Amino acid sequence: MGHLIRYIVARTLMTVPMVLILLTIIFAVLRLMPGDPVSAMLGGHAPEHVIELKREQLGLNRPLHVQYVDYLWSVCRFDLGDSMVLQQKVTDIIAEKLGATIELTVFGMLVTVVVGVFLGAYAADRRRTLGDSAIRLYGIVVYCIPVYWLGLMLQLVFGVWLDWLPIAGRTGPRVFPSDFERTGFYLVDTLLAGDTESFFDVLVHLVLPAFTLGLTLSGIFVRLTRANMLDVLKSDYILAAESRGIPRRRVVYRHALKNALIPILTMMGLQVALLMAGAVLTETTFSWPGMGRLLLERIYLRDYPTIQGVIIVFALMVAFISLVVDIVYAVVDPRIRY
Amino acid sequence: MGAGETILSIKGLHVEFPISIGTVKALQGVDLDIVKGEVMGLVGESGCGKSTLGFSIVRLLRPPGRITSGRIDYRGRNVAGMDEKELLRIRGRRIAMVFQDPLTSLNPLFSIGQHFVETIRTHDRAVTKSRALEMAGDMLESLGISRQRLGEYPHQMSGGMRQRIMIGLALVMRPELLIADEPTTALDVIVEAQFLDLLEELRGRFDLTVILITHNLGNVAQLAHRITVMYGGTIVEVAPAGDLFRRPLHPYTEGLLASIPNIRLDRPRLVTMPGSPPDLVDPPAGCVFHPRCPRAMDVCRRERPPSVSGDGRTVSCWLYKEVP
Repeated sequence: MGHLIRYIVARTLMTVPMVLILLTIIFAVLRLMPGDPVSAMLGGHAPEHVIELKREQLGLNRPLHVQYVDYLWSVCRFDLGDSMVLQQKVTDIIAEKLGATIELTVFGMLVTVVVGVFLGAYAADRRRTLGDSAIRLYGIVVYCIPVYWLGLMLQLVFGVWLDWLPIAGRTGPRVFPSDFERTGFYLVDTLLAGDTESFFDVLVHLVLPAFTLGLTLSGIFVRLTRANMLDVLKSDYILAAESRGIPRRRVVYRHALKNALIPILTMMGLQVALLMAGAVLTETTFSWPGMGRLLLERIYLRDYPTIQGVIIVFALMVAFISLVVDIVYAVVDPRIRY
Repeated sequence: MGAGETILSIKGLHVEFPISIGTVKALQGVDLDIVKGEVMGLVGESGCGKSTLGFSIVRLLRPPGRITSGRIDYRGRNVAGMDEKELLRIRGRRIAMVFQDPLTSLNPLFSIGQHFVETIRTHDRAVTKSRALEMAGDMLESLGISRQRLGEYPHQMSGGMRQRIMIGLALVMRPELLIADEPTTALDVIVEAQFLDLLEELRGRFDLTVILITHNLGNVAQLAHRITVMYGGTIVEVAPAGDLFRRPLHPYTEGLLASIPNIRLDRPRLVTMPGSPPDLVDPPAGCVFHPRCPRAMDVCRRERPPSVSGDGRTVSCWLYKEVP
């Protein structure tokens, strides 16, 4: 176990330079982007001295390296500045939306992994059967479909034609989040408040967005799991396990899948970035009040501090999840140690 | 050995692998009896079907391989016709296997203990986990490995140790028949010798019958009571080990024995057999060995030779109307 703890500490320390690089890239990109935040704020026709004054207020007339150090220091203090549009702290705006996005991405990821890994393993076990072909076709088709198109189609089928599921928002018209809102994770909040009716309302609202996001990403997991499983199923230890009389199903779903999951875990870490990007589109399609939709709104309004803040939070989430993935990886595979 | 009880009887076994360019006829009518308590050496060059035969006995042919006809009677029941449930009761419990490469035959993500517990509890639900670990520990110690190592993973073990663990796993349910498929090919010479000694010792202790599949004639000379020589998906000769080495009957067996490297001065050159193994997608008509046979006759090109038996040995060759 000592090895494992050493690995976790080492891996966590490695996150620090990674986050620093991410923050630097965000800083640089936002300042290299075309368009001047001050003229965007003031409408472009403001007199020269007003613009100068605003620049001074925002600290934009200082040398870049001073701004950079100042920026890093602010991030360390969890201070992401104030919105240029509304008189609100960026951290407050994000805190309000973070729960919605995390709820969506967690359930999206769940759908991706369950659907992708299960279908992939099944296809590998039944190689060259009709089921395998159907699953491979599914993998390719779903991989090609844009998130928003899939979202629209699911809305059309399950929301409009069948009228089974709501197509927008986190709650229905008779549910008021202010009644139970505490952490921003509505599923948790409604449970804490003991409000089962609202809990189910929140849950059905989550279904379509989570499946839209999850199914889109499941394609790559189907193909990856299938390919890994086929490889693993050829291993000597699979044959050896079967020769000891272990039932095929157990051999496939315990011995083989556990080994096939190692590269899939890595992929999961890498896919988190894609998941966040998908969340932006899914939130827009489903009027989901999360960080993705916030980002899009504020890009239209050129609210630079908010844009920067949202991207920083996304980046931190990606860094954090890849850290978690790497730790899980080490727990699963006894061969991985520093 | 001739008088013992026959526990395994294979008759007319055909195995095929349909592949894109045709069908590989991996076994073309194999007949073989295994007698309780014996070590049967199964020898032949790569691709002759010796491993296919071994895997057929427990029905572990890799797809698309399949048994197309024939019987494999294990204690009166035909393994070739069994359903999955019956098979699982035999595999690992009555008939066990050890494989070529001990380095890759253990699941890298499972500890040694987990391997044992799973195997024991698959066959006997009534055994508790702690009891299974105890049994595993006893088995390891009898193989000269400390029971402390049950918590370790395969990558923490040496090759020889892993081979011993593989054999421990194979024997933990006390099977009566052990099929060893080239068990020493991946080991170095010293570990190989130790392993063969161990196998011989375990055979006595566990009252095992062993089918030892190998291309190394030295291995079988050391251990086997009888030897089966295979060529091109057929059995060409079966004989008690001493008789086979002293007086090979089939021209292929002769060639095989002559090609064992010898450092005596009167045989300075390595003897080789001309030609190469047959293409089993389109095997030669008649005797499969005739294109390489120094004594091939007309009839060999037309018709498959019948098996003739006598004096405890069997040979399939047109040269013999009876065992001389």
